[in-house]
Amino acid sequence: MKSLKFLLAAVFCSQFFFLKAQEEQKSVGEIHGNFDMTTQFYSIDTVIGAPIVPEKLLMNGFLNLIYTKDRFTAGLRYEAYHNVLQGFDPGYAGTGIPFRYASYRGDRMEITAGNFYEQFGSGLIFRSYEERGLGVDNAMEGIRVKGKIGNGLYVKGVIGRQRIFFAQSPGIVRGADAELNINETFPSLSESKTKLILGTSFVSKYQQDDNVTYILPENVAAGGGRLNLIRGNFSIFSEYVYKANDPSADNGFIYKPGQAIFLSTSYSTKGFGLNLSAKHIDNMSFRSDRNENINNLLITYLPALTKQHTYNLAATLYPYATQPNGEVGFQADMTFRLKRGTWYGGKYGTSVLVNFAAANGLDSTKINDDFTDRQGYKTNLFSAGEEVYFRDFNVEVTRKINKSLKLKASYFNFVFNNDVMKLAGSPGTFFVDIAVLDVLYKFNRTNSLRTEVQGLWTQQDQGNWATFLMEYTLAPHWFFSFMDQYNYGNPINSRRLHYPIFSTGYNSGGNRISVSYGRQRAGIFCVGGVCRTVPASNGVTLSITSSF
Amino acid sequence: MNKAIIFSLFLLFTIGVKAQDARSIPEVEIKDLYGNVFNTANLSNDGKPMVISFWATWCSPCKRELNNIAEEYIDWQDETGVKIVAVSIDDARNMQKVKPYVDGQAWEYEVLLDPNGDFKRLMNVNNVPHTFLVDGNGQIVWQHNSYSEGDEYELYELVQKLAAGESIEH
Repeated sequence: MKSLKFLLAAVFCSQFFFLKAQEEQKSVGEIHGNFDMTTQFYSIDTVIGAPIVPEKLLMNGFLNLIYTKDRFTAGLRYEAYHNVLQGFDPGYAGTGIPFRYASYRGDRMEITAGNFYEQFGSGLIFRSYEERGLGVDNAMEGIRVKGKIGNGLYVKGVIGRQRIFFAQSPGIVRGADAELNINETFPSLSESKTKLILGTSFVSKYQQDDNVTYILPENVAAGGGRLNLIRGNFSIFSEYVYKANDPSADNGFIYKPGQAIFLSTSYSTKGFGLNLSAKHIDNMSFRSDRNENINNLLITYLPALTKQHTYNLAATLYPYATQPNGEVGFQADMTFRLKRGTWYGGKYGTSVLVNFAAANGLDSTKINDDFTDRQGYKTNLFSAGEEVYFRDFNVEVTRKINKSLKLKASYFNFVFNNDVMKLAGSPGTFFVDIAVLDVLYKFNRTNSLRTEVQGLWTQQDQGNWATFLMEYTLAPHWFFSFMDQYNYGNPINSRRLHYPIFSTGYNSGGNRISVSYGRQRAGIFCVGGVCRTVPASNGVTLSITSSF
Repeated sequence: MNKAIIFSLFLLFTIGVKAQDARSIPEVEIKDLYGNVFNTANLSNDGKPMVISFWATWCSPCKRELNNIAEEYIDWQDETGVKIVAVSIDDARNMQKVKPYVDGQAWEYEVLLDPNGDFKRLMNVNNVPHTFLVDGNGQIVWQHNSYSEGDEYELYELVQKLAAGESIEH
């Protein structure tokens, strides 16, 4: 009954505004949105280990609407899971409007009430974000105020609870961040070749002590600082975060404080780029519910310091995931172009990418203080332990041969410690080689065929794999593709299976519709530091996305 | 109850808002490649067409699109004065690699960083690559999701139309 009254009131108001707008002949604002829906029909396929889906058909979908009028913005997202697709957390059940907000921008201040996403610095201390394709969404619900003080000082404050599926975190997250751009603050430095930006953040969470065994801190604070220094072609970014003691399910309820440091330096000129980075993470699981796990209710964002691969054998079988309890990581990433018109660069030049990443456990000493201080262990900054978590060396070379032919060759070498990662099915450390040849042939301006041949070789886990892909595109609207993945080296004969899949799609403007039919291999899908394990499936998938 | 209010509010907006052909660039603070705060309301190209392309270092079709356009970009600029703004949605994992990659590929684009997807969300981008075409009045007149080899020719035809003062059919 009440909703009916609201509806009537709304219609009345809107008519009023409509008339008023017509009178004034001026815009009453803009409304835009985007829509995404994936439906999968699951066939029974016990050979590949596809779980039986009683509903047969599952669907994830959402619609975003954003209204803007001058300095005012309001938005909402409707989400529907009927029922949630395989591989997503079943916490996503039913429908709702878990995201809605209104915000107003003044000259120096912006206020948001309702839901919002935000990050401080690189997100090491606080990041509230969404990765819809992975089912990650820890949106805040509360208030955010952003402001600019004087020249070059930017401040933000947030308070709220984080989203978990269709509910909210038991803990409240409070935080403030300030960033000072030295070159903006001092007019004499505005043209300086050296640029310096400093930042500092403070985040605290409150959660009632719900533990019968221990007396837990109800308020847990974290603080940090960051620096971004650029001089000419050089740049340095560094961020450090310290977290007070925060006993949690992740760390086995120890009272040790946590810390994380991220260091990155780059040098680049036209045709050459180099980035070196290092990080140390120690007891840095920080959530708005100390009892949560996996990707739920994280306050910190601790991405893997490794390259995010795109070829399916390199990306979805053995991807690295950050170990928030402790790791030391290092990465070097280099990109350059071989000169065009030389014997080594070819007629059009050649692009080369080289990347190396390493992650080890911490060098720590266990303290037997379970019944006294419960500090757990001792460690030092950047002291890597013996245990190898991950190694990744990879090279990618791209060369245009002529107007119709382009080649890309890649090689990957991984060392993957599954005893720590626990992402694949079998125990142990895997040694993996992968090679990919990617050939693009353009028949004319709109017709082209891309072929991928991939091979993965390992003595461990599921053994060798091969992937073959053909993708025909008819620009600007159509694509057709066929892919087969073949686990030809599986140590178990009956598991030497093919995973063929056909896909086709049509694009127009902001709309895309695609259909695929076939087998999908079990895999680990990652974006940033988050991974989602998706079980094998067989069936038809329909996806529709639209932006308007 | 809550839902009823929200639905009513939006009904209000949807009925109240006139159907529009064009769309303006939403305003939000993101960063440039040097860490400076950049307000997207300042995106403009002095009355000439502008392309806003969302991409990421981990997105192969995005890189194919921007690398293919890079080969033609000088001609495009000479002929139409078009400017390309490449908005990277790389988060902390890859953000520090954006500038080395852009320089390594010798891109001449204006590159912006949107590490938490704030601009992406306001532009209603579902997936990358997603490309928008903005006319000389700062109105978004066309968009395209995903990239297939050769899509850039369609984009450039539209850029030429805009540069010649013609309107674009939806």
